[in-house]
Amino acid sequence: MIGRIFQYAILFAATLFFLLPVYLVIVTAFKEPSAITLSNTWQLPERWHWESFVQAWTAFLPKLQNSLFLTLTATILSALLGSLNGYVLAKWRFPGANLVFPLMLFGMFIPYQAVLIPLFQFVREIGLGGTLWGLILVHVVYGLPITTLIFRNYYAEIPDEMIEAGRIDGAGFFGIYQRIVFPLSMPGFVVVVIWQFTQIWNEFLFAVTLVSSPANQPITVALAQLAGGEAVKWNLPMAGALLAALPTLLVYIFLGRYFIRGLLAGSVKG
Amino acid sequence: MASRVKEVGMRWLNNKDTLYGFLVILPSLVLLGIFVYGFIVQTFLTSLTDWGRDPAQALATNPQIRFIGFENYRELFTGFVDARFRQDLVNTFFFTIFFILGCLGLGLGLAIVLDRSPKGESFFRTIFLFPMSLSFIVTGTIWRWMLQPEGGVNQLPTLVGLPKGEFAWLTSRQQIWPVSWNELPFITALVVGAVLIFISIAAFRGGERRRGWVAAGSAALLILWALTLGRSLQPLPYDEPHGFNLAFIGIILAAVWQMSGYTMALYLAGLRGIPEELREAARVDGASEWQLYRRIIFPLLAPITLSAMIILGHISLKIFDLIFAMAGADNAPTDVPALLMYLTTFRANQIAKGAAIGMILLLLVAAVIVPYLYSQLKSEVRR
Repeated sequence: MIGRIFQYAILFAATLFFLLPVYLVIVTAFKEPSAITLSNTWQLPERWHWESFVQAWTAFLPKLQNSLFLTLTATILSALLGSLNGYVLAKWRFPGANLVFPLMLFGMFIPYQAVLIPLFQFVREIGLGGTLWGLILVHVVYGLPITTLIFRNYYAEIPDEMIEAGRIDGAGFFGIYQRIVFPLSMPGFVVVVIWQFTQIWNEFLFAVTLVSSPANQPITVALAQLAGGEAVKWNLPMAGALLAALPTLLVYIFLGRYFIRGLLAGSVKG
Repeated sequence: MASRVKEVGMRWLNNKDTLYGFLVILPSLVLLGIFVYGFIVQTFLTSLTDWGRDPAQALATNPQIRFIGFENYRELFTGFVDARFRQDLVNTFFFTIFFILGCLGLGLGLAIVLDRSPKGESFFRTIFLFPMSLSFIVTGTIWRWMLQPEGGVNQLPTLVGLPKGEFAWLTSRQQIWPVSWNELPFITALVVGAVLIFISIAAFRGGERRRGWVAAGSAALLILWALTLGRSLQPLPYDEPHGFNLAFIGIILAAVWQMSGYTMALYLAGLRGIPEELREAARVDGASEWQLYRRIIFPLLAPITLSAMIILGHISLKIFDLIFAMAGADNAPTDVPALLMYLTTFRANQIAKGAAIGMILLLLVAAVIVPYLYSQLKSEVRR
């Protein structure tokens, strides 16, 4: 009995720890700017004030559109490439595949500071400097290791007999992918797409270094700039934080199962 | 399986389909080859130059760049002007330790409670894991507001009638546990020696005598060196104290808030994988709950702890966005090498020195990740 009470006490305390920041964001975002003082931080707003969201929405809409375009394009491209790579590594191992695969995987762990300077020059030299397409290219390439890994582990579960049966029926490399592997890939795609969507939407380092013009900024950069300004009233950054968090949060709430699978896949073993 | 692989290996050149497979993956390999390994080599070469020392040359279209060997590295570790980098390394060290401990402790505790299937389990699980879906920028923005010196967390005690907190959080300049940079070779040798002794004991217990002797021998050599010559190797001609900046407590708090759900998910998956019969058998043998965890469950969770430590460790070495959003890039007490690299390269245009910091970061991460990848892929063999 005491154990039970203790158990729920822990759960309650932890819930408080995880939700207090959420509470604070919401009450601050709904307060009038003049009503936000440090001493009444935790009080509910006296009058619920929607204006901050309207303001944040108008200010952030172009950045949200940038993020959406960037995220969707890079996610789809890296998922498709990852699927093909995973198919090759799981079912058509060429000599040296055992060496190539860890070398690929290492790419998802490196601190990007170690490639940032040449990357910056390279993207500028191929004429994509400061554009969203430059950022898309970068996200697709550095997304390849994780998408390839998840698909490889996923396809390893498809029995070799099915591939063999396809060959006997006269299907080749592409035929087997198209008729056998791809139709079985939906759950794999869901995991990969959710993972990449979350990662790219939330990414900051590439966005802040490779995109200089405000017109092309993704939402993370815009939010960091807004909140970093000292004179700003806190209702706006909080409303902005909610808007920036909403897409990935919705994905998590509705597709949490797949999100967790991607999360666990990141620790290499499937 | 092995025969199939050998077969594939022999016929691959005259097998059209394996060739197609290779051609399909080739573009990805080329891209990663350039973007990962090519760029690392280029960063390394840049770090050996003086690019950016002369501000006039830094942004020139055709900068005059001279090769200066490892001068940038020497300056970072022993030069007068780069004391900030050394403090950053110490910051990363303390941040990593407390961040990992916090995530492991909280994650394990929550996983154990959730594993006992309380009412509303999936609700709690959703709550504990949701910060993982947020960006570090959002988390940082929220916690920046939580940790305002006069508001947020410091106001919490007033809600129950206590005096408000006084800690300055992110702007605190307090530092504890100072250690002179000159002590570093000595301390590093002792710590590595201790780890080697640990490895050697584990190897002997596992019956790998040769490995045990090698580790024990290296440990003895290292500790002997530390005790005899270790203190005479002084990187700096003067004492330069570096310690734990208390401003990091807030960063650690926010980082644990964001990432402990991850360890919880890992541990929960591990706990769910332990068969119920095993627990029952232990209970029948008269083991108390504590003994059950201590003797059976925790040892089974050890591999998960190791994986989690490595994944969290490499995240903490790379931590950048969270601090950028929480304290700003210019807040010296909460600086880390990943931020300093950004500032050095893109704000101060000291490109070569920034490259050197990037390479040091890479070495730190590689030291953690390469053995991990090696062991993960070795134990997997080929499926």
